Amino acid sequence: MSLFGTGAMGRVVRSGVDRRRVQTVVIAVATMMAVASAVVAGSLMVAAAAPFDNAFTKQRGSHITAQFDPAKASAAELAKTGKLPGVAASAGPYPSTSVRPVDRAGFQLPTLTLVGRSGPDGAVDRVDLKSGRWAQKPGEIVLDASLEGPALGIGTPMKTSDAKDAPPLLIVGFAVSASKTADAWAAPAQVDALASKGNPVASQMLYRFDSASTKWQIIADRKKLAASVVPGALLGTQSWLDTKRAADQGAAATVPFVMAFGALGIVMSVITVSSVISGAVGTSLRRIGILKAIGFTPSEVVRAYMAQALIPAVVGIVLGVVLGNLLAVPLLSDTESVYGGVSLSVAWWVDVAVPAAALVVVGLAALIPALRAGRLRTVEAIAVGRTPRTGRGQCAHRAMGLLPLPRPVTYGLATPFTHPVRTLAMLLAVAFGTVAATFAVGLTSSLNAIGTSQDPENRAAVTVTTTKPIEVAPPPPPLVGGDAGDPPPSGGSDAGPPPVENSAASTSKKPKVADPAKVRSAVTSQPGTESYYGKARTEVAVAGISGSIRASLYEGDSRSGSYEMISGHWITGKGQVVVPSRFLERTSTKIGDTVRVTYEKDTATLRIVGESFDTSGSQLEIHADMADFTSAEPSTFLVETKPGVSADDYAQKVAAVVQPLGGDATTGSESGQDGVILIMAAMAVLLTLMLITVAGLGVLNSVVLDTRERIHDLGVCKAIGMSPRQTLSLVLASVAVIGVTGGLLGVPAGYALHHVVMPVMGRAVGTSLPSPVLEVYEPVQLLLLGLGGVVIAMLGALIPAGWAARARTDTALRTE
Amino acid sequence: MHQVIELEGVAKRYDSAGAPALGPLTLSVAKGEALAVTGPSGSGKSTLLNLVAGLDKPTDGAVIVAGRRIDQLSEHALAKFRREHIGMAFQFFNLLDDLTVTDNIQLPAQLTGTSRRKAAARAGDLMEMLSIQKHARAYPGRLSGGERQRVAVARALVNRPALLLADEPTGALDTASGHDVRNLLMDLHRAGQTIVLVTHDLTLAEACASRTLHLVDGHVALDSYAQAVR
Repeated sequence: MSLFGTGAMGRVVRSGVDRRRVQTVVIAVATMMAVASAVVAGSLMVAAAAPFDNAFTKQRGSHITAQFDPAKASAAELAKTGKLPGVAASAGPYPSTSVRPVDRAGFQLPTLTLVGRSGPDGAVDRVDLKSGRWAQKPGEIVLDASLEGPALGIGTPMKTSDAKDAPPLLIVGFAVSASKTADAWAAPAQVDALASKGNPVASQMLYRFDSASTKWQIIADRKKLAASVVPGALLGTQSWLDTKRAADQGAAATVPFVMAFGALGIVMSVITVSSVISGAVGTSLRRIGILKAIGFTPSEVVRAYMAQALIPAVVGIVLGVVLGNLLAVPLLSDTESVYGGVSLSVAWWVDVAVPAAALVVVGLAALIPALRAGRLRTVEAIAVGRTPRTGRGQCAHRAMGLLPLPRPVTYGLATPFTHPVRTLAMLLAVAFGTVAATFAVGLTSSLNAIGTSQDPENRAAVTVTTTKPIEVAPPPPPLVGGDAGDPPPSGGSDAGPPPVENSAASTSKKPKVADPAKVRSAVTSQPGTESYYGKARTEVAVAGISGSIRASLYEGDSRSGSYEMISGHWITGKGQVVVPSRFLERTSTKIGDTVRVTYEKDTATLRIVGESFDTSGSQLEIHADMADFTSAEPSTFLVETKPGVSADDYAQKVAAVVQPLGGDATTGSESGQDGVILIMAAMAVLLTLMLITVAGLGVLNSVVLDTRERIHDLGVCKAIGMSPRQTLSLVLASVAVIGVTGGLLGVPAGYALHHVVMPVMGRAVGTSLPSPVLEVYEPVQLLLLGLGGVVIAMLGALIPAGWAARARTDTALRTE
Repeated sequence: MHQVIELEGVAKRYDSAGAPALGPLTLSVAKGEALAVTGPSGSGKSTLLNLVAGLDKPTDGAVIVAGRRIDQLSEHALAKFRREHIGMAFQFFNLLDDLTVTDNIQLPAQLTGTSRRKAAARAGDLMEMLSIQKHARAYPGRLSGGERQRVAVARALVNRPALLLADEPTGALDTASGHDVRNLLMDLHRAGQTIVLVTHDLTLAEACASRTLHLVDGHVALDSYAQAVR
């Protein structure tokens, strides 16, 4: 049995849907794209708004991660703490210790917190195993997913330390803990076996509390734990609020961008669906009149026309949800890496709320014209198409007719004024599409500029190092905008952590390091050398900042390797330092102030001469002249070759000299874009394409409606001699004005949106933006983007315009 | 005598299995002739008019208008041909409601590329000739049926077509307006305009036409010219 029965109503609805196939398909497709856009945008907005909270809830994250002294608190006593008032759940005790593993190339990783757990699950902190399997026996280790990389993969062997007799470990999996309770996991017995005097085993307990949403509640909960064991048994705790803060900072950069696209997508979806549905009902007035004339009641007419709009719309909504999920899943999986490797999926309520909202929008959009149709007097409805139209658009026709353009064009230019509401909807669709395109172009250009500015070393034609890069283990990938974990120890090469210090206890192979003076000599003696500068990336202490911070020290003229400057200038000699924005904030200094910098035993007072553009998260990196620190030596030489000299040939010649010394020479290759930048660019492109498609469909629908309504007039025009080409130009001209206006509105709006969102993204990672990152639009580009509005409008109108041009004149003349 | 219309064995079938809606029909209309096509509903009058206007193509035979075989022309060429050689007046006027009377009349001229000034001058002459100049800036919705049909005829004549096709030109008019339009067509015929008039109204046909073609089931039941020749 049909949804609307087999009676008269069912027949009317079915024939209405079937007869207007193009419109039915347009309603379904436009609704599908709008819903899909809204699902994608909504999912990303949800993911961006609370990535940590989502992951934390999913994993039943630990509100307090506590370390106890097993000598003072037994496992039984710790188990009892799980039953304290206010404790909702607990897990543990798990043995935990610190290790600093060495990879197969002999390089040490940062110190890792290793926890012994027999599996990833539990009442608290259900660790998400991203790849591989869990450690099942001694000798196996699961690492945090952020450590995964070319040098560290599943099956890679490691040693637990640089000691000669350090036990081997095999990486069997990578996992993520939203609560950051560990950097690595192993079987409990393995952890006990790895404990040493310097790294004793502690008992880790994980707790969830009934109340843990504020700092004061966490402090109170901690007090309860401390009071439940003997004094001194609680060694330390980690609050989930601190973990959340760090994680949110990591995701913060993408939030404004995703929010902007999400808002654009949702607004466009509402506009398009409303105009498609209301237009579909509004153009059926004559048929409505006939139905009323043969006995349909006003309410039956309303229901019939609601149904005719709702059937294709519901099909579109269902398909849109499916498509939206299909598109959102890969985007969210990309977003996972942005948000720290925690699995994200389309929130269930997005899949419910978006179609529900779409149904409401569709229902309202159909109801208003359907009610109007229901109230329409029968005789008036029947007269539609028979009696002359009056009023709207006549002045516009008269005015446009004066333009020195072909008559079909001027006739088309006046058409939008006949249906101001429909024109407004079409204009908004084009304008929003143009906003999206302009914003996306600006965003991707800015991201490219950021990517380029973040790797100034790559500008050098040839890079000569004092070590062989192949022997260098890559550092753990930094979390986006957040802490990258422990910085590598001082004295290392630029490419990664330094070789393991030679010690009495260490018998592992020490990588050979070439004498910088000999490497420098190899560079200067090459006839193809145009210019070069030396560089060392190291750690320094700065008065007023606790701990060490990263520093790049330069030998020679380093302007070719300078960072983009937000203000001030790059270092030009001794006594100068360039610092990032966060350094100025943290030390409450400004350009012109001086800071005391200590490298090993050398201390220098340096004047801040510039503010560098640096998006490397919360880690601070300053740039100074190597001449200020006598003990510093370059580990890398960045070389510019003379014109006409092949960089490859040059590198081969230098490598032949420095490789026997322990160094190497390679040509500068285009660095791959940062993963986050690529992901954001990919998101921008996909979301923009979706929004432009929705805009195009909005235009398509409006022009289909318009062409249908005007088909009789077009038939008249053709009968009096309008050629198909002139008909095509008439219909295309009718959207050209909308395209131009949409472009004129959309480009400045997209430009403004870019100039609002980019600085917010910058502030989220603690930096201002330099002009080359912000001022990315070329005048020609803006002009082309403005024409993009015309292109969107033209593409949307092309199908109905072609249809109008091909329509048979006698058929069009008979059309009512 | 120069023939404006020549139909050679023209037939039109809408249903390949069924009988033809028109023909086979062979017919000539000379320059200056006024042909009235009459017949009951479904007799093929409108089909004949559509074929002569190039709005439809015959299933068989050749349609030659103003010396040119039009049944083989492309849509583009047909449009050009129509605006240069054929003027059409319809039962329901088919004026464009959002254009003024002047703009409606000028439109076919402007489609041919005639300058706005020349088109306006020609429209002015026609409005004066048809006594509608006082409505020049009015919109069709404000005119009476007879006035609208005058506007439609003026539009049909703006490019000085070799042939004027009128499809039930008085069908939607009251008696007085119908009389008005009849006089107009008689004047045009007297001025030498070749006219093909499709009508149910035998009085109109008698008054305006120099020749009457009566169609029944797609075939010529009576041709006053042939009868006269015999």
